[in-house]
Amino acid sequence: MTEWVPVLVVFVPFLAGVVQFMAGRRVIAWWPVLASVATVAVSLWLTFAVAAGGGIEHFMGGWQPPLGIALRADGLATVMILLTAVVGGLVSVYALEAHGTGDPRASHFWALWLMLWGSLNALFLSADLFNIYVTLELVTLAAIPLVLLAGPEKTVTAALRYLQFALFGSLLYLAGVALTYGLAGSLDLALVGPALTDGGITGAVAATCMVVGLLVKAAVFPFHVWLPAAHGGAPAAVSAILSALVVKAAVYLLLRLWTGPLAGLADGLVAQLMGALGAAAILYGSIQAFRQERLKLVVAYSTVAQLGYMLLFFPMAVAQAWEGAVYHGLSHGVAKAALFLAAGNVLVYLGHDRVRDLKGLDRSLSVSLLAFGIAGVSIMGLPPSGGFIAKWLLLRASLETGQWWWAVVLISGGLLAAAYIFRVLRYAFLQAPDRPPATTGPIPPPIMALPATLLALLAIALGFTAAPLLALLGGLPEGTG
Amino acid sequence: MTGIYEAMPLWVLMTSLVTALIIFTAGEPWHRLRPVINLVGASVKLALVGVMLWGVQLGHAFMVRIPLLPGLDIVLHADALTMLFVTLSAILWLATTIYAIAYLEHAPNRARFFGFFSLCVAATMGIASAGNLLTFFIFYEMLTLATWPLVVHRGVPKSMNAGRIYLQYTLGGGAVFLLGIALLYTLAGPSDFIAGGELLHLADEHAGALTLIFLLLVAGTGVKAALVPLHGWLPVAMAAPAPVSALLHAVAVVKAGAFGIVRIVYDVFGIELMALLDLGTPLAVIASVTIIYGSLLAIRQTDLKRRLAYSTVSQVSYITLGVALGSPLASIGGLVHLVHQGLTKITLFFCAGAYAETHGIHRIDELDGIGRRMPWTTAMLTLGALGMIGVPPLAGFVSKWYLGLGAVAAEQYWIIAVLLASTVLNAIYFLPLLHRAWFRPPRQGEADPGEAHPGLLGPTLFTGLAAVGTGLFAGFGWSPLAWVEVIVTREYTP
Amino acid sequence: MTLPDPFALAAAALLALGFYGFVVQRHPLRRLLAINVFGNGVFMTLILVARWMPGGPDPIPHAMVLTGIVIAVSATAMGLALVRRDLRQGDGKDGGDRD
Repeated sequence: MTEWVPVLVVFVPFLAGVVQFMAGRRVIAWWPVLASVATVAVSLWLTFAVAAGGGIEHFMGGWQPPLGIALRADGLATVMILLTAVVGGLVSVYALEAHGTGDPRASHFWALWLMLWGSLNALFLSADLFNIYVTLELVTLAAIPLVLLAGPEKTVTAALRYLQFALFGSLLYLAGVALTYGLAGSLDLALVGPALTDGGITGAVAATCMVVGLLVKAAVFPFHVWLPAAHGGAPAAVSAILSALVVKAAVYLLLRLWTGPLAGLADGLVAQLMGALGAAAILYGSIQAFRQERLKLVVAYSTVAQLGYMLLFFPMAVAQAWEGAVYHGLSHGVAKAALFLAAGNVLVYLGHDRVRDLKGLDRSLSVSLLAFGIAGVSIMGLPPSGGFIAKWLLLRASLETGQWWWAVVLISGGLLAAAYIFRVLRYAFLQAPDRPPATTGPIPPPIMALPATLLALLAIALGFTAAPLLALLGGLPEGTG
Repeated sequence: MTGIYEAMPLWVLMTSLVTALIIFTAGEPWHRLRPVINLVGASVKLALVGVMLWGVQLGHAFMVRIPLLPGLDIVLHADALTMLFVTLSAILWLATTIYAIAYLEHAPNRARFFGFFSLCVAATMGIASAGNLLTFFIFYEMLTLATWPLVVHRGVPKSMNAGRIYLQYTLGGGAVFLLGIALLYTLAGPSDFIAGGELLHLADEHAGALTLIFLLLVAGTGVKAALVPLHGWLPVAMAAPAPVSALLHAVAVVKAGAFGIVRIVYDVFGIELMALLDLGTPLAVIASVTIIYGSLLAIRQTDLKRRLAYSTVSQVSYITLGVALGSPLASIGGLVHLVHQGLTKITLFFCAGAYAETHGIHRIDELDGIGRRMPWTTAMLTLGALGMIGVPPLAGFVSKWYLGLGAVAAEQYWIIAVLLASTVLNAIYFLPLLHRAWFRPPRQGEADPGEAHPGLLGPTLFTGLAAVGTGLFAGFGWSPLAWVEVIVTREYTP
Repeated sequence: MTLPDPFALAAAALLALGFYGFVVQRHPLRRLLAINVFGNGVFMTLILVARWMPGGPDPIPHAMVLTGIVIAVSATAMGLALVRRDLRQGDGKDGGDRD
């Protein structure tokens, strides 16, 4: 029975999305609830199965690779699916209200989001290079229309730019896959490594194409240009999903390829270059976040910065860095979703999200603001939080490998994050001297405020649950470093 | 059952944490019940601290260990030094809670205020009972985060600005501290606080690295301890409401920094290693500079709270000075000042808050004749001021006496000069206050008598008399001085 | 050393042209076309790989190309819809940095 769980994890949400698409608004009151609960349930089932019995592999339709499609649930894939289930589940609760019966486009949201959920899970479970390409494209094609749900007039330019970069990135990746197949005669992640290592210049070109393609999709500096407008312009629930999960899927692939097929090619200089891109992302993203005038753009640029931390794994490439980078992915996912949902509530209440006009907000929107602050603690990497554990692991790794310059980047990144988070809180804490802010919307109901708070508290809780999660992840894959 | 008893430090911490969570969850509508929750929380904590004090006195070592990662534990323990700080904080929390309830009777956002206030106390408890550097750091940063909303509580641009400066200093200090811890863990591996430290065997090979780590750690804690030149945030943070200035800036935050220095010197590096690396004297020089410089700046202030703030900058460094000298007698003087300065300075801030709340008095030149209008409050101000100057037999005298004896024992005679100069300077900035308050006539039209609200006066009387009591009865078995002697004996006898 | 395969030259030319177009072109429609040209270069590469495989043409890259074309068609369709909408709003010349 257990070997079928990976299939369920992919097809339950995907088919639920298809059903939602066919049935439309008639089922909007109950189908999304059922579909989300079922998806979370099978994801948790997979997590417990892998935690109890180790990795699971499934060959779809009984066909062995190279013709068949393999789904492989190892530790890394499982923690990502768990993250997707937790963030996706809580964002779904938020969306039940935000994209419920009151939203004319609700059916579109749920159909796309459920398909996106299934595609993400498929991406995490993919065991060969070409299926990764297909799932990457599925994720993109489901994500872009979601951005447009904020109203095409506002987001079409951002969505178009997102599409251009995403397409280009995946084609570049596909070019690398083509060359890899030419060298190895296989696409299985577990088999192509030696051929790439011995592939000389072709191997290097193939690796470069795949890595650069994924860097574009992951919005790593300097390929981040498409991200802020798209993530900042989308509806809050979508922004949360995109920032917490979708871009992370590309970073996940970078980690997976680097510690798998590309392990033999990982050259010290290239690794330092990757780290330098990460450092540049941290510094540039944080400074831009500090300079933004709109709350959602602050949070979006913060994503650009936070993704950089995960890239610091590459130059260090020791077990602690591996754990730190993945743990950063988890904590950032949870915390960033909380920030975007909280920002969404501000937008609902005020009708705008101009940072300078948040005055007096703490009285009327204290729950959402508290969620913003608590999630901010993890983003800043201050204890006790998941962000702190991740920063600590990366910090230790940098000092242990003698690469102290990354420690300086880590510390400065935390301080810069504090600067942009507290800038928002500062404006929100300012008293409006005479009257409450001129509101245009209602105070968001608890069903919209609570998911943000829960996600924020989870970011703190991650500060205490590192041991079991890292045990589930497993150590650094062999042959790396 | 033993497990529950062992975990006492955790329960003491939890009383404040749970109080904070209840207040946050209940929110503003529960304003009638909130004082009850607050007082119950503070009283339960005091009772638990009493139990723990009894246990530690009998030689019981409380310890809780919560693993975070392999080789990374949160350790809460209770040794004699912990109890010194915990008892002080628990007593003063109760006093300040009563004071704050009266002070903020009609102010907005009280749920937020009391929630974060309790969170601060929880963080202080964590700092006091931290059993290793990492645990200390976790609560040290939590204290920074929880105090920020209190500093900016008024929500006016001035307090926002104060909050920004406060964060720049404290978060910057925290970052340096974290780097120091990470370096230390890389060099020596994880280690609990233990009397004398465990680093002595590294002294030959890694002297330079250890000195760098010491520098980073002291810079990190020195920010909160307001060592010159890292003291800039303290006077600015006086924009906070009076109870915050009183408890946090007289006790919790600056003491957290000073306490951190004590832990680093005693339980991470150890006296022996300090002497070997020759780190004590530079630290003593910095502390002395802070003592003199803080007093000089205090003289120039015309605002009562700011004068008290600079006085804090100066006084807290007695603690650092005491541990830096590396002689048992000086250590007694420094550690006992942790309590003496806390009680005395909180009394002074309570008085300043009472003046401001009752008659709108903020500047020193407005104090004329206040002694006749608010005799009880002014009496406490007088006791506090004299205690700070170090008039025998008040508490401040006891601290300075032991510091002086320690300086002689360590053959650092220049310290005597520092102590004398500081005493003169203290007199220069405190005596004019008393003169104005008692001997100048009240200004015209401001002669109406009006003592402070009982809720403000009560805690002031309590802390003021406690400050006198600790000085008068310093020789008795349960006094802070006797307790500190126990700590120092344990530290200096291997 | 044999002469370069004309297919390989064509593939390289398409890749280079597409890349150049993507970097240089600002108009959204031209950019979309550039992406398609680049995509065709990638597909051509896959067909070449199939041809070069030992033991005659390998069917797997062909299957990959078919899948790739299906994805490219749908993505281009969405892209065209977006371009149309964007141009109708009249500010399609520059990016989405502003909202």
